Amino acid sequence: MVDSKKVVEILLAIADKIEQQKDYLTELDQPIGDSDHGINLARGFEAVRQKAAVMEGQDVGAILKTAGMALVSTVGGASGPLYGSAFMKAGVALAGKTQIDGEGFLNMMDAAIEAVKQRGKAQEGEATMLDAMCPSLRAMREAMESGKPMAEVLSEGVKASWEGARHTKGLVATKGRASYVGERGLGHQDPGATSYSFMLEAVSQSMEGGQ
Amino acid sequence: MVGIVIVSHSAPLADSVAEMAAVMAKDVPMAAAGGLDDGSFGTSFEKISAAIESVYSDDGVLVLMDLGSAVMTTEMVLEMMPERKVEMVDCPLVEGAIVAAIHSAGGEGFEAIKENLAKVASTKKFP
Repeated sequence: MVDSKKVVEILLAIADKIEQQKDYLTELDQPIGDSDHGINLARGFEAVRQKAAVMEGQDVGAILKTAGMALVSTVGGASGPLYGSAFMKAGVALAGKTQIDGEGFLNMMDAAIEAVKQRGKAQEGEATMLDAMCPSLRAMREAMESGKPMAEVLSEGVKASWEGARHTKGLVATKGRASYVGERGLGHQDPGATSYSFMLEAVSQSMEGGQ
Repeated sequence: MVGIVIVSHSAPLADSVAEMAAVMAKDVPMAAAGGLDDGSFGTSFEKISAAIESVYSDDGVLVLMDLGSAVMTTEMVLEMMPERKVEMVDCPLVEGAIVAAIHSAGGEGFEAIKENLAKVASTKKFP
């Protein structure tokens, strides 16, 4: 079980991770995008960090909605509405809850992924963050169904997420700025799939020894 | 008159498109929402919301965008104001802005302007 306080701690861990990887994410965005993914996300998660005091007294659903709104308001690129919608819909899935269990976490991820599909009018296989999100959720569900503990479920998810992110090198983007680059984008890893992998990695790391 | 909002990743681009469209339609309520607060490229939820509010009337507001996050961010702004008569229009930005401005100045309503904007993408420059 994860309570509201821990959720805020995890969000701050994600903010730290994005800050650390800011330059790498922007570098990935140079050949196929508009060279701002890391800078934008770091600005967004800095805004989430600024909301930490407000979040302290909120339930899990409200915390995630607050984080989502902070991202939408400050990111400035496509990852703002995409991750913003993901966090906001995750918040709706956990409305009023003060704790999350494993099943609740996976349902929340499912809602987040649906939000990204809907906002981006995208599906898996188009070289986007969904190519990390979808396989990671499948891996986590499988791990949970086979009775693995939550820490292991998360590490399986992180592994599948990175595999998915690397797999985008072989996909031609049909959505977003990278779709204009077309086949010249082959060989480049999608920045969104990469940032999502870092985010899930931060969740996993902050759950290790935290349960 | 129907209000018009121009959303772009670039502040000078949004300002200039609005300014150019206004040449033929001086009285039309028109606002630009370009770039981020610090002047860098991007789309700002707050700027778009404020631009819509600044030209809003019961006649409604039509929003024209460039691409990518401009579309998604505008979509989220509109979701946050369900009681408002505001819609995004899928059309070329520059030509669309001029068409929208002229028709709004001519007193056309919300739906009529949308119909005119629907033809913009297929209007040939070389007939």
